[in-house]
Amino acid sequence: MASTIGPGMSAFHGTHGAGPAGRGLAWVTALYLVLPILIVLPVALTDQRYLSLPQEGLSLQHFRTVLTSPEWLGSIWQSFLIAIAATVVSVVAGTLCAIGCWRISRRSTDLVRLLMLLPLIIPSIVYAIGLYRYFGPLGLLDRFLGVVIAHGVTGIPYVVITVSTALAAFDPRLEQAARGMGASLSQTLRWVILPRIMPGIVSGAIFAFIHSWDELVLVLFIASRDVFTLPRRIWDGINENLDPAMAAVAVLLILFTLALLVADRALRRRSEGG
Amino acid sequence: MKLAGWWLLILPALLLVLVFYVAPIVQVLAISVSEPEPGFANYERLLTSEGVQRVIITTLRICLITTALALLLGYAMAYAITLASPRARSWWMLAVLVPLWISVLVRAFAWVTLLRRQGLVNNTLMQAGAITEPLALVWNEFGILVGMVHYMVPFAVLPMLAAMREIDPRLLAAARGLGATRGQVFRQVFLPLSMPGVIAAGVLVFIFSLGFYITPAILGGGKTLMVAEWISLQILDLIRWGLGTMMATMLVLTILVTLLVFSRIVDLRRMFGTGGT
Repeated sequence: MASTIGPGMSAFHGTHGAGPAGRGLAWVTALYLVLPILIVLPVALTDQRYLSLPQEGLSLQHFRTVLTSPEWLGSIWQSFLIAIAATVVSVVAGTLCAIGCWRISRRSTDLVRLLMLLPLIIPSIVYAIGLYRYFGPLGLLDRFLGVVIAHGVTGIPYVVITVSTALAAFDPRLEQAARGMGASLSQTLRWVILPRIMPGIVSGAIFAFIHSWDELVLVLFIASRDVFTLPRRIWDGINENLDPAMAAVAVLLILFTLALLVADRALRRRSEGG
Repeated sequence: MKLAGWWLLILPALLLVLVFYVAPIVQVLAISVSEPEPGFANYERLLTSEGVQRVIITTLRICLITTALALLLGYAMAYAITLASPRARSWWMLAVLVPLWISVLVRAFAWVTLLRRQGLVNNTLMQAGAITEPLALVWNEFGILVGMVHYMVPFAVLPMLAAMREIDPRLLAAARGLGATRGQVFRQVFLPLSMPGVIAAGVLVFIFSLGFYITPAILGGGKTLMVAEWISLQILDLIRWGLGTMMATMLVLTILVTLLVFSRIVDLRRMFGTGGT
């Protein structure tokens, strides 16, 4: 994000300073955003058996509890598989759709794009109760496939947005030249368009993955016993027993998300630099 | 004719969304006027049932307070980011973007750890002797607000930041040169020019808040009900599909009407473009 801020911005710097009140409020807000998230780290390292700060020393026992528990590991693995499968659905459908809309670019495709954004606008509780009813007769409740479809469809908007952004910077004459020289549609896609928008696709994939990996509301309705994802297990943990193992899970999740975001930033920097 | 191939590319996504997204939602709308019996009996409850009205009023109150606070805090941050040096700016952006992508469950859990009766905040205050009884900081409306504003501030910052970036810094320099004080430059030049961003951010935060489920459910402790949790209660515990889907329909309508009303000021696609990437 920061890298998208144009160079003209720096002109603000120096010509116009914020007052002490504004600056103070900004600092307080930044601390309010970041500090509560950081607090889970010392709590996860506590040597006590209840949620607290470490008293006498640091301990990794709660990480050990989580990483040796078949329940937690099973949920992590299940969430991972679902997120991978859902990401494939979102990326394939979203990328092709964004390319089609970009190339045709009519009023009708504007409508299609708006339709694709619906999952970002409509609250997931509404979709969740709808799916709960809809999946029943289809036999998709509490099924791996059902959750993959639900997460895959709601992940499409992230891919459509990132790929459309990448396509906006793509020179359409390249595509026309390739077609003019006799390339088929699939050849043009494979050799001309896809390589140039790859960073956008990867970004979209990362966001679609995080979306599925973190998703809870849909899972609460369309899965119960056989499909028990990580967010579902955390939800049960928060509602039933607040123990430091939860903090350990939280720390692991934060590290995982940060790693994905760092990968995304690195990819973008490389594509912008090269 | 030549476009037919490109339409084929759109087809998979279009089918997926129509069959597995639009259809289930249309079904929700249909259930609201057909169960338990055909007609608008469920919608009559909006006028007659005190319980229904209480949930709506609670939701609107919490959402409006959340929006106001998120705009205030978000504005201060967006302003600081706009004025920061490029180096400082990337640190500020980190503070906005990292919370945005951390799991909402992790954040709610962190707030519970901090705010509950034996939580870190209460324990610290008790040990310092500032209070004798633990304060009720969570499992009430206060807890919901703390968690929701925390979730929404990044969504408020991004559209406002986009609007502030488009303000020509020479205007501010000119105003200063003409003898305006810092306060006057801010109030009479910067603030009005940043208004489109403030409105976009307000709409975005408000519609996201309306249907929010996880944070209010965890931090409200089941005592303060907002619509999303209320809908889930109707469907899963009370099996009152008619009422649940009626409220879901009202939720969607409210969001769509809000977007329509503000669509003149707010460029939807740009708003989500900023929010999603």
